[in-house]
Amino acid sequence: MEQFIRLDGLVAPLDRANVDTDAIIPKQFLKSIHRSGFGPYLFDEWRYLDHGEPGMDCSKRPKNPDFVLNQPRYEGAQILLVRENFGCGSSREHAPWALLDYGFRALIGPSFADIFYNNCFKNGLLPIVLPAEEVDRLFRECEATPGYRLVIDLPSQTITTPEGRVISFEIDPFRKECLLNGWDDIALTLRHADEIRRFEAAYRARHPYYFVEESAA
Amino acid sequence: MNAKTLYDKLWDAHLVRQEPDGTALIYIDRHLIHEVTSPQAFEGLRLAGRKPWRTASVVATADHNVPTDPGESEIRDPVSREQVVTLDQNIRAFGALRYFPFRDPRQGIVHVIGPESGATLPGMTVVCGDSHTSTHGAFACLAHGIGTSEVEHVLATQCLIQKKAKNMRVRVDGSLPPGVYAKDVILAIIGRIGTAGGTGHAIEFAGEAIRSLSMEGRMTVCNMAIEAGARVGMVAVDDKTIDYFRDKPLAPKGELWEQAVDYWRTLVSDADARFDREVVLDASILKPQVTWGTSPEMVTDIEGRVPDPAAFADPVKRDAAERALAYMGLEPGTPIREIKVDQVFIGSCTNSRIEDLRAAAAVVRGRKKAPNVKRVLVVPGSGLVKEQAEEEGLHRIFLEAGFEWRDPGCSMCLAMNADRLEPGERCASTSNRNFEGRQGAGGRTHLVSPAMAAAAAIAGHFVDVRELLPAAV
Ligand code: SF4
Repeated sequence: MEQFIRLDGLVAPLDRANVDTDAIIPKQFLKSIHRSGFGPYLFDEWRYLDHGEPGMDCSKRPKNPDFVLNQPRYEGAQILLVRENFGCGSSREHAPWALLDYGFRALIGPSFADIFYNNCFKNGLLPIVLPAEEVDRLFRECEATPGYRLVIDLPSQTITTPEGRVISFEIDPFRKECLLNGWDDIALTLRHADEIRRFEAAYRARHPYYFVEESAA
Repeated sequence: MNAKTLYDKLWDAHLVRQEPDGTALIYIDRHLIHEVTSPQAFEGLRLAGRKPWRTASVVATADHNVPTDPGESEIRDPVSREQVVTLDQNIRAFGALRYFPFRDPRQGIVHVIGPESGATLPGMTVVCGDSHTSTHGAFACLAHGIGTSEVEHVLATQCLIQKKAKNMRVRVDGSLPPGVYAKDVILAIIGRIGTAGGTGHAIEFAGEAIRSLSMEGRMTVCNMAIEAGARVGMVAVDDKTIDYFRDKPLAPKGELWEQAVDYWRTLVSDADARFDREVVLDASILKPQVTWGTSPEMVTDIEGRVPDPAAFADPVKRDAAERALAYMGLEPGTPIREIKVDQVFIGSCTNSRIEDLRAAAAVVRGRKKAPNVKRVLVVPGSGLVKEQAEEEGLHRIFLEAGFEWRDPGCSMCLAMNADRLEPGERCASTSNRNFEGRQGAGGRTHLVSPAMAAAAAIAGHFVDVRELLPAAV
């Protein structure tokens, strides 16, 4: 998992409440054997005028000009402003995979659905919860200011606006440490690799019959 | 005080470390892999530049997507084919102790080939990206079904992150009457405790009726522990368990065998061990079971009737029953025996082993499929089961009755390959899930034992198999 320390990124506003994971990445894309490559299909039903299927060349599909991410001014955005209960619905981990693959590294909103929120941290995507009025203000500023960027600094837990306003946010200390270090579950377990190796050696001595083929090989 | 359950013993033997909040790392002996839940796990390893911890713990096969039409050497559906080809590539790149690819003579359903090859051994921790991994608990294994991110975690660390479950014992006393099988036992248990009855618990199945089951029968029972909400189901070691492994290719030999057997004999709950919960059933009064709804707990016996939803006191259950009957196209009060079937499926990791095929064949011998039954699929669980059945001539009994004799795979257990129900079709199935759409969109599933499925194929509707059995005359 990629580390998250500081991000100076272009912001895009997605002004809809209760965006569910099927809207983030529709179910026909779940048959894929990959966890990357979902970016072109992110928000597929909103982004394109035709019906998307896995394997389509999205550069040739008719885009919906009204959808916010299709506006040239938001091209290359890394921070997505969202409304309440973002990520509700099915627990698919493909939703954070798709957001990341598109290029987003952080989400800012008043609330997130629970499983989605957890899945974000597992994949190095930072979901920031701010009071609704603060999110409103960011939406207004972003829409009024072409090229609107925010600086997210995880160590100090702050967001800095272009005019220098500093907003603090809360985050669970353990999750923060994991993001700062790029630790996913596997990396966390591998911090105990020596202990696992010691256990394995002793276990193997006690139960050699579970390791027959390896000794023979 | 120090008395331990079988689950306690297996847990303690594999506990690497435990956090103060109870989160533990459990060492994994055997990792079974199939094509559906593994591609993203291997990709995750690749993206992070990680290597598998112990490839010799991995045994893999292709089962969910493979066609079971004999002679079909190709997977036509491009998505299915891609998953199978990707597994081939991943196993080539990362390695495994054994791989049984599509069209290998030993290929089969992952939960059938694990024990049959000796990849599963008593006392092991077994994981697989499939919820029916509890099957392996029949051999006193601690066996967990896991998700794709856990598959990746086990590949990379050889450990599973777990919190210890509570201990539950389901004791089935008495002996099973003729015509009543392991499948009826587990359906009756689920009917009694409900699909959430085992949630948060590891279930040990015990008692005279369980002891008298063959290893195949015990697998059928443990297979559906997850349908009772328990991620883990187990049966203690006895002579049958040990005898089962004597001739298995991956089982230890010689002195190591002796050493292993000494250990395996300890894999029983201590006499004074405490269980957080205990349920007792009397086997001698059990009758052949048939599910009528869209959850395995919606079950009654062959003498029963489709229930009236209005009779359920609990409003949630009443609603569920109403919805189930609408989906299943059934009227309250209909005798189970009057329900006609369109298709019959004998197979799946619940009931596709040699004993299951023998039980079905005993009913079918010399009889013919009813004209109203469109299709009867008999799908052996593995290449070896198929071979054995053909040696015994079982396939001829099925073919002469007008059944189809197929190649190994998950087949119509789930609608992921070419075998599936059409909307509205009704199926007597030996699989484990009767959820909406499980066997094909709009398909209606009734879970039964192999003998009951065979009997329904002959009669064209559900019928009491005890009346058809040679022994009953
Ligand atoms: S037979 Fe059915 S339940 Fe068993 S592994 Fe295959 S799909 Fe899963």
